[in-house]
Amino acid sequence: MQRHRVTEALWGYAFIAPTALGLAVFYLWPVLQTAYYSFTEWGAFGGHTWTGTDNYVRLIHDPEVGRALVNTFAYTFLGLLSIPLAIVFAALLNRKMRGVGIYRTFFFLPVVTMPVAVAMVWRWLYNGDYGLINYVLSLVGIDGPNWIADPDTALYALVVIGVWTSVGYNLIIFLAGMQAIPADYYEAAELDGAGPLRQFLRITLPLLSPTAFFVSVVSVIGSLQLFDLVFIIAGSGNAARANPAYPRLETVVQLFYDRAFVTNDRGYGAAIVIMLLLIITVLTALQFRLQRKWVHYA
Amino acid sequence: MRRAGLHAVLIVASILMVLPFLWQIVTSLKTLSSATAVPPTLLPEGHWANFGKVFELLPFGTQFLNTAITAVARTAGQVLFCSMAAYAFARLRFPGRNALFAIFLSVLMVPPQLFIIPQYQIMADLGWLNSLPALIVPGLFSAFGVFLLRQFFLGLPIELEEAARIDGAGPWRIYWSIVLPLARPGMVALAVLVLLWSWNDLFWPLVVNTDPEKMTLSAGLASLQGQYQTDYPILMAGSLLASVPVIAVFVFLQRQFIQGIAQTGIKG
Repeated sequence: MQRHRVTEALWGYAFIAPTALGLAVFYLWPVLQTAYYSFTEWGAFGGHTWTGTDNYVRLIHDPEVGRALVNTFAYTFLGLLSIPLAIVFAALLNRKMRGVGIYRTFFFLPVVTMPVAVAMVWRWLYNGDYGLINYVLSLVGIDGPNWIADPDTALYALVVIGVWTSVGYNLIIFLAGMQAIPADYYEAAELDGAGPLRQFLRITLPLLSPTAFFVSVVSVIGSLQLFDLVFIIAGSGNAARANPAYPRLETVVQLFYDRAFVTNDRGYGAAIVIMLLLIITVLTALQFRLQRKWVHYA
Repeated sequence: MRRAGLHAVLIVASILMVLPFLWQIVTSLKTLSSATAVPPTLLPEGHWANFGKVFELLPFGTQFLNTAITAVARTAGQVLFCSMAAYAFARLRFPGRNALFAIFLSVLMVPPQLFIIPQYQIMADLGWLNSLPALIVPGLFSAFGVFLLRQFFLGLPIELEEAARIDGAGPWRIYWSIVLPLARPGMVALAVLVLLWSWNDLFWPLVVNTDPEKMTLSAGLASLQGQYQTDYPILMAGSLLASVPVIAVFVFLQRQFIQGIAQTGIKG
């Protein structure tokens, strides 16, 4: 019996060995290394020296970091608009009806499309001179701006793409949440004479709030890490600096890419992502605290 | 009547979702001069040369192959390694199991940007920058996959496994010939998600492989953007070619995609 136990334990370690080793080398140790790098400065040829909290002091006084934070927070907050939209469309699709599968596919297409491709298509739609959006606006007499090169509109233009790509993904999760609500709740409400709107407000929304909480946590974490879209929409390096709207577009992760891999200021780049980790942790913890005010667990 | 209103709303929304793709296709078939005509022409023109142009400007075939090899290798690696670890965490007893599982989960909580500088250093030290292994190897391991499959394995009936054990089958036999066949839906869900992330990922490939011959499609496409900013018909043709394979896989495996996302709620 004892020998049997030992064999089982050895098999257990053998089964987890590949992943345990891989995670240790490529994920766990790197987190500690990044934390260490954030206290160092990197020379031109790769060596690094301990500089204490210099990077963090610089971070606090760097106006570009401040701008990137403002942009990232604004994008994250406005991007939450995707949640009510997804709930409404999920409610519309949550019924036996012809065409549900096709509608769902259409909503889902942007989710599976390569973000680089999505961003290029939108960049073309937003083009100030030849873009489809400004053409449509011109038909009703509006002279549209150069959306992604205009500091007043660039961030909103980015939010529209973000919402467009995420609504289908959120919709799938809400649909799954709605299908888990027992049908007899609605039957009882129907007997009591409650109409569809009332049923939606009194049954669907409260019972969906745990799902909405989950989606909100995941979207905030995702939005705070925005990179691909901005990398294409705003460009990088000199092309980006030439865009007058760049200061309204640059995100935290883009700044990280620029410092760590373009100007090779890796220590500073490490400090930027440690800051990002702290922000994500705080905002997630905050959401968990606030959930008591609006999430109903059945 | 209410049905008609409902369909009207959904059709308008569907048009908004699909229109950018239609415009992408229309533009990819125009010459530059007709793409920049004012007012724009709304119908495609059959100017297929843009697609050939993509292959001249980029080593598109090579990049396509790089992307496909990376996506397939990562998917195969994760499905195998994650299912092994997930089986051990779900079914085998060994000292430290819960603590090790908690450590695995902690990787899930960390934003991926924190791994990148040291991962890059490892690749540089191994001399792997600008190579396929750089694209593939870190992506063979995943805490997310272990978590997803462990939950799935815990939901499987244990009777068959116990019967096999009484018949003298060892853990590998049980994992390979009993658990894996039962767990196919969970593994397919993981596979389609990994395939999707690998195909579409930009940051890591952008950083490790700067030689166009070693790039993936998203990084290659991004480089095209810098050089040929204004030739939108070519950009549309390239972005179409790069994104169509995953869209095609999605259309075929739609149910698994959607199940995977509904089950896990995590996109990447």
